[in-house]
Order: sequence, then structure tokens, then C-alpha cells
Amino acid sequence: MTRINVTVDGVRYSDEVEPRTLLVQYLREGLGKTGTVVGCDTSNCGACTVHLDGTSVKSCNVLAVQADGHEVTTIEGLATDGELHPVQRAFHETHALQCGYCTPGMIMQACDLLKENADPSEQEIREGLEGNLCRCTGYHNIVKAVQQAAKDLSSQAVGS
Amino acid sequence: MIPAQFDYVAPTSVADAVAALAEHGDEAKVLAGGQSLLPILRMRLNAPGVVIDLGRIPELQGVTEDGDHLVIGAMTTYAAVLASEAVSAHAALLNKAIATVADPQIRHRGTVGGALVHADPAGDVGAPALALGAELVIAGSGGSTRTVAAEDFFEDLFTTAVGEGELLTQIRIPKHTGWGAHYEKFVRVSHQWSIVGVAATVRSEGGSIAEARVGLTNMGSTPLRARAVEEALVGKQATDEAVRSAVASVAEGTNPPSDLNGDADYRKHLATVLTRRAVLAAAGA
Repeated sequence: MTRINVTVDGVRYSDEVEPRTLLVQYLREGLGKTGTVVGCDTSNCGACTVHLDGTSVKSCNVLAVQADGHEVTTIEGLATDGELHPVQRAFHETHALQCGYCTPGMIMQACDLLKENADPSEQEIREGLEGNLCRCTGYHNIVKAVQQAAKDLSSQAVGS
Repeated sequence: MIPAQFDYVAPTSVADAVAALAEHGDEAKVLAGGQSLLPILRMRLNAPGVVIDLGRIPELQGVTEDGDHLVIGAMTTYAAVLASEAVSAHAALLNKAIATVADPQIRHRGTVGGALVHADPAGDVGAPALALGAELVIAGSGGSTRTVAAEDFFEDLFTTAVGEGELLTQIRIPKHTGWGAHYEKFVRVSHQWSIVGVAATVRSEGGSIAEARVGLTNMGSTPLRARAVEEALVGKQATDEAVRSAVASVAEGTNPPSDLNGDADYRKHLATVLTRRAVLAAAGA
């Protein structure tokens, strides 16, 4: 067992883990953060996407021990004071989900994309989400959600 | 699936990492960015007794300039290479190829050195490293280092010149300042491995090609350099017709795989088409 100190969604944790524990396993089974899901087990689908020190990673493809000393944000840490993050709100309002399984990963990757590029074109959105699969193939509304979130975030930035 | 049990070591210097390799011998597997290794461990295609994580060794990270060379630490992530202005200015081909690797999440974690040592023939880093004449710096026991040319580095499928007890530490790339570059990758679906890829970089003079470098992805058990084509391109106008005839023989002597994505003959045809496109794009035509 190896001791790790990790900050997840703003809370500090110190835990003993087996080195083979995947970050997604630690989040789900260790911390009960089941908002992050496992979709494919092959690192393709992106459903398990979280932020590690502010950048998106597939948490099935990172060991929990590699996160020692680092900061993780999951889908459960996006909302503040019960208010949805603008990307979450945009997914809700534009019906950007059908079964909803890919949604946590889509939203986390969309946040990363908008941090890199505040005003992406449709093509840039599709490329930025290429590591996230929606098996309902609901991409059309997912793209619309990211476009709306980009607008909301930029008007928020102007307003503040 | 979950990997089999292993012990975990996270050295903080190259010397400590090499010592850990010496201690654990062939029981050990080196973890770079982990974007290929972790799927392998999860599927239990490999079950090392010890995993040596290079992620906590600062000296292995980052891009620096050393005279007429760029020096890329082996643990530099794809994302860091893409963000490097020095790479864009002096080794544009590497930037273009790496931009096509997998997807953003993988590019945040995956490393240039990890990809080179993993040596998947369908990986996108080997061909540009070959084409740019990269030199690979390898650390061994007792603080020793040796430098291997990219052409001697790739030995076979998943096999490189990095021997037991050794670590790739740096990739040194001669600056190709002002050279045009393009990586033409053929895939059926997004973030797939290259069915075939072609890395081309060209120095143009007054509308014609003064020098060219061409590397091939997935046209054999290692990345390949197309030297005959490079020579045939010298002095040619960057026109469709001239380039088409200069690259016609690019697949000669290659031994591409046959699989569900295409048989060897199909790949040989693809290589000629993609080389023409890559060279023309690199020449700005």
C-alpha cells in the first residue's frame, strides 16, 4: 500500500491505496464520487474524464498514486453553492444528452476546451471532443451546448 | 479491468531511476505518461512486478535550445510540445505529427519519450523523429550516457536500442528553422492509430524544393525514412506533377502489415498518395 495526499473537488484526502488502483477507481470506490463513470475500459470513450491540476485526463488511464500531491476536479466539483456551472446548464438547456452516460466526461472535456479556446468554431468543438464518445450519437446537441456555454461564459466574463 | 498487483517506485532523479532499474531488472517496467502502458496493464498483457514512475523527475521535462539543436526531455508531454514556440519554429514537423496523436486528454499525459521507447510502428512520433534526424540520449548505469541516431534507434516491433537497465532521457533534434512541414495521417475514424502516416518537411528556395525529409508511419515493423524519395525531390518544382513522379517509388522496399484496415498493397498505394500530399503541403503548394 502507498499513502497518497490528493485534493478532490476542494477537499483534501489522505489515503492508503494499492499502487495498481486506477484514479477512477479511487474516486468512485474510495471517495464515493460516482459522478465520474467508467465507459469503455480501453481509454477510448472519455466518460471518465476529470481535471488533474486543471487539465483534462482520462481517469481510467492514470494511477491514483500518480495523483499524489495533485488536485483533481470531478463533475461533482463543478457546481458552486448548488448552482450549475455554465457548461452543465448549457447541456441541460440544449438537451445535450440522451442516456446521459457520456455526459460527465463530455462536460469536463468541454470545460477544458473552453479554457484553451473561449470562442471555438464548430469544427474546433468537434475536434476538442474527439476523445469523448456518445453512443447515443447525440453529438449535434452536444456541439450546440458547447457553443451556448461559450457565449454564456464570455458574457459572464464581460459582466464581471 | 484492473492491473495485476505491482510495487511502485517513484524516483526523483535519473540516477535514482537507473539505480531502480538495476535493482529490479526485468521485473521492472518504466512508466512514462502511461497512455499506452496503463491499457496494457489493465488488459494484463503485461504484469510487471515493479513499476518505475518517471513522472517525478523534473530534469526529464521541458524543451530547451542548445545551439543548433532542440533538446526535448523524454518526459515532455505532447501538450507541452504543442505549446512550445521553439518546436513550432525549429521542428515544425514534430508539432504537426503530434497534433494528430490520439485526443486532447491523451495528449495531456502522453510523452514524446514514452512513445519513442514504446515504438509502436503505428505511432506518430517515430517518423518525424527519423525524418528530422533526431538523436536519442540514453542513460545507463554509473552516470554513463550514450547517443543513438534515430535510424539506429528503432530495431523492430516495440523494440528499440534502449537496453536493459537503460533509460531514454533526451531527444536532440537538429533545428530545421524555416522548413515547411506536414504530417498526413490516414485513419478511418477519429483518434485511431495511423493506417499509414507520412511525415514530410521541406526547405524551399524560389518555388522549388532545395531539401526534403520524409518519414513513414506503419509501413513496416519500425518507422522508415524514405531517402531515395528525399533525393528525388531535390531541385523539383513544388507542383503536383513533379512531386507525383518524384515520390512514385516511396513504397519500394517497405514491408507494411496486412490487417482489417487494409492489406499491404493497399498501404503501399496509400503511401504514395499520402507522400505526395504531405510533400506538397510542406512545400506550401
